[in-house]
Amino acid sequence: MSAHSATLKSKEDLIGKWSKPEVISGSEMLLRSLLLEGVDCVFGYPGGAVLYIYDAMYGFSDFNHLLTRHEQGAIHAADGYARSTGKVGVCIATSGPGATNVVTGIATAYMDSVPLVVITGNVATHLIGTDAFQEADIVGITMPITKHSYLVREASELPRIIHEAFHIANTGRKGPVLIDIPKDVSAQKALFQPVTEVALRGYNPTVLPNRNQVDKMFRAIEEAERPLLLVGGGAVYSGAHEELYEFVAKTEIPLTTTLLGLGAFPSGHELHLGLPGMHGTWTANNAIQNADLLISVGARFDDRVTGKLSGFAPKAKIVHIDIDPAEIGKNVPTDIPIVGDVKAVLQVANAAAKRADKADAWRKQLREWKAAKPFKYIDSDTELKPQWVVSMIHETTNGDAIVTTDVGQHQMWAAQYYPFNKPRSWVTSGGLGTMGFGFPSAIGAKMGNPDRTVVSINGDGGMQMCAQELAICSINNIPVKVAILNNQVLGMVRQWQELIHGNRFSHIDLAGSPDFVKLAEAYGVKAFRATNKEEARAVWEEALRHPGPAVVDFVVRRDENVYPMVTQGSTIDQMIMGDSE
Amino acid sequence: MSKHTISILVNDQPGVMQRVSGLFGRRGFNIESITVGSSEEPGLSRMVIVTSGDDRTMEQVQKQLYKLIDVIKVVDVSANPMVARELGLIKVNAEPSSRPEILGVVETFRAAIVDIGPSTLMVQVVGDTEKIDAMVELLKPYGIRELSRTGVTAMARGNR
Repeated sequence: MSAHSATLKSKEDLIGKWSKPEVISGSEMLLRSLLLEGVDCVFGYPGGAVLYIYDAMYGFSDFNHLLTRHEQGAIHAADGYARSTGKVGVCIATSGPGATNVVTGIATAYMDSVPLVVITGNVATHLIGTDAFQEADIVGITMPITKHSYLVREASELPRIIHEAFHIANTGRKGPVLIDIPKDVSAQKALFQPVTEVALRGYNPTVLPNRNQVDKMFRAIEEAERPLLLVGGGAVYSGAHEELYEFVAKTEIPLTTTLLGLGAFPSGHELHLGLPGMHGTWTANNAIQNADLLISVGARFDDRVTGKLSGFAPKAKIVHIDIDPAEIGKNVPTDIPIVGDVKAVLQVANAAAKRADKADAWRKQLREWKAAKPFKYIDSDTELKPQWVVSMIHETTNGDAIVTTDVGQHQMWAAQYYPFNKPRSWVTSGGLGTMGFGFPSAIGAKMGNPDRTVVSINGDGGMQMCAQELAICSINNIPVKVAILNNQVLGMVRQWQELIHGNRFSHIDLAGSPDFVKLAEAYGVKAFRATNKEEARAVWEEALRHPGPAVVDFVVRRDENVYPMVTQGSTIDQMIMGDSE
Repeated sequence: MSKHTISILVNDQPGVMQRVSGLFGRRGFNIESITVGSSEEPGLSRMVIVTSGDDRTMEQVQKQLYKLIDVIKVVDVSANPMVARELGLIKVNAEPSSRPEILGVVETFRAAIVDIGPSTLMVQVVGDTEKIDAMVELLKPYGIRELSRTGVTAMARGNR
């Protein structure tokens, strides 16, 4: 791991040193302000417009910066750091192409409500608008995918802007904030005065719920015969896992957790029905379709969860708990809206929560369904099955790793076969579905959680979208354990082409991709290949024991499909069970 | 689908117009007209947007606007009695022979002639959208050379 020299001095001494009001450059203000926000690691890539910022880092040992090999790697790493720690992730990129290279990462964070502060350089103020070298209107480009953005005009504004940006990013519905700093502003000297207050008239997220609405929810619970909780990412982001557990313990209402909600509640609990939606469990989807009360806890009724919207939860009264009022009623008409932070809402609710007494028959039925219809696949003795590999990874990490994924079949198998018991253990791009996210996000997760095992499960497609970051794992000895479920094909596209486009397999063949073992070794990363179960377990365990980063190329069956599956346009109880029947 | 006049109090910051109009664009909300200018409070501007949509869309318009950090307050002024006005400038063909007739129309509408050219008149008309529409219709037969309208600005009546 790269230096954490900051821990050598006392925190108070350092804060005193950083907050000293003196005339310094905009760049120094930026670094000091980031340190004062508690930033312990920044991911970035230098360039012309951020030369002053990188100059200020030179010899400034308090500031920890990790040089990635692509700006996209930097922002996904910052994202993985943020999701796994709950702290704001920070990345730095230069103007123009540097800035546009972080656009995908900003959209990824925006869709999944991840707190990031993205710093971009820009050309000098007098050149803005002239199509100058490496100029891009990054504030304009990212307006639809940021929670807020700033173009800094004066260095003296930096302390306020940075403090506001951190506040905005990590409160309310979290999200990415962009700070664009022209080159002359990063050079300009001004009096640095740290800012600790925020005065934003237009920004006052509602945290505490309206008690009348919570009472209405209680009455609905009291009457409900088939109540169900739909738990989403909001429960993880607000740190509400304990409150959620207490609420479920008191009410004994069964629950399902969305892709981003995985880890908010222990998977093994008898009331937990698993994942809902497109590749969810038979039980979770049928529970939603039969519920008479559906309480959404920080979930936003994404189309991958609801399937055909007009046929979603047709019998249910809907309670929607969300920090973002705009989510309420956006997709699904809501009977009882509760605006507030999930943690705060559940704290209020737990004070008076009672067991849902009319729901015993429902609980019994769901238990039976769960026992009859678990996730299933047909194992093989001759070929490695990706589901088996994920289960083996779960077993060998005691279900206790932080798992990051890329996007596609392997992501769904990871969600299905790696049951989580702790929040902030699961890092995946749900909303945007960004390939190339899995591996660099693991680097960020490891930087934020040096004491936890971090496993990155990838496909052979997505791994090639950010493979260059193997360099920073190797050089900085960041011991991420990378599993590639290598099926030589863009598996999820293959699956859709098979099931929906009549076996017309168009441009999905990844055969001839690089040898991942050699690729990893070229970067100085230890690598293994496995083609059968025995090898798989042996080399994976060796990879885990290895003190540095390691890559394992699992050669898995090519034509495996993710089941169950709800095709687009179907209601979620119309499931193709495939091999899982 | 009904028409709504939304008044939005915003921080007078560079890019705020882009944030608001961009939001309408990407969420598929319609903009019939948009005006912006200073408000009663220094540092804040008031935008008035005429839009249309069903109740659910209008609820989303308001909620999505409130998500913008630079938006301070959003009011559907058309939900209550309001005054809504726009200004139109109409340059109309006016040979000396047809001028008395045009002046007659202008007077009836309490509009004003604000410029006289060798063969044109510029008419300024203030009123609600329907009044300006009517004025335009009446001047059409003479030949409208150029038409420029400000879009609606609006305010609730009484103490609201």
